[in-house]
Amino acid sequence: MNNTAPIKNIETNTDFEVRSLDAICINESTLKHPWWYNLKYLFAGVLFGIILVKSEVISWFRIQEMFHLQSFHMYGVIGSAVVTGIISVFIIKKLNIKTIYGEKIELPAKKFNKGQIYGGLLFGFGWALTGACPGPMFAQIGTGALVIIVSLLSAIAGTWVYGLLREKLPH
Amino acid sequence: MLEFLKQPMPWYIAGPLIGLMVPLLLIIGNKTFGISSSLRHICAACIPAKIPFFQYKWKEESWNLFLVAGIVTGGFIAAAFLMNMNAVNINPKLVTELSKYGMDNYQSLVPKQIFNWQALLTARGLIMIVGGGFLVGFGTRYAGGCTSGHAIMGLSNLQWPSLIATMCFMAGGFIMANLILPFILML
Repeated sequence: MNNTAPIKNIETNTDFEVRSLDAICINESTLKHPWWYNLKYLFAGVLFGIILVKSEVISWFRIQEMFHLQSFHMYGVIGSAVVTGIISVFIIKKLNIKTIYGEKIELPAKKFNKGQIYGGLLFGFGWALTGACPGPMFAQIGTGALVIIVSLLSAIAGTWVYGLLREKLPH
Repeated sequence: MLEFLKQPMPWYIAGPLIGLMVPLLLIIGNKTFGISSSLRHICAACIPAKIPFFQYKWKEESWNLFLVAGIVTGGFIAAAFLMNMNAVNINPKLVTELSKYGMDNYQSLVPKQIFNWQALLTARGLIMIVGGGFLVGFGTRYAGGCTSGHAIMGLSNLQWPSLIATMCFMAGGFIMANLILPFILML
């Protein structure tokens, strides 16, 4: 593959810096595609949503069981997901697997800051209250639990307030 | 076949399938798996309000919005076509505990006795639905990721800050569920 795209060019750099603040999923691809290329992520989301519902991961009861150590189910799901992920990333790096467009796969390193502790604890509180992290919230709405739209709007508001206060919060 | 698909999915099938989202997104477009960023892109798109944190080209991140739209659709498909009507099989200890707070309906994944429109007019409902949602949005962004971004993607890439974040998610959950939630459920 000799058509590998260049790593970020200069004029997009400030944008990249803002975007990568407090973010895990940073768009690593520098290829420009028409919007309908994004439909493959819609399809990936459909699969993910079905798995979340079928495995009862989106159940408030399953989350309570997890936090009361009353069931192995959630630990099994998250644990085996992580093991699968570790093996996959290891293979991708080892065999230098490229994307379907021939790009090199880039995995940004995470820097530690205190937000991971304070924010992590606050999210944990919210997780036990709503019984849902962001992914399951979307899936719950899909199953017809429409009142969760209120939780989702509130989560968007929470993200917005974080953006507003970001400079004043300890990191 | 359909009967088989209607069974609840055991952890040893669901977990590896969720883990495979990581290489799937990397290979189809160099995307790192994560969900909570979608909340930030929605802020950047709809209510940026000149806040620097929301000044970036969110359209370049729109793949993440397609992903969450897919999750909503997947939730709908699973609930409409792939569910059996049996109640969620819950540890009897939890059933006994929750019955103290008047909960006896285990038919749906989201308990209707807590999460319903009328509940929004009660203190308990407000704290759990609105307060809980706010903490999820604020906390995940402060932490730089959620269960998908840190616990699954970050740990898959052996990032120790993600391990710290994941341990704090769990610690927060244990504190809330065991020490604080019982008082909220009593309201």
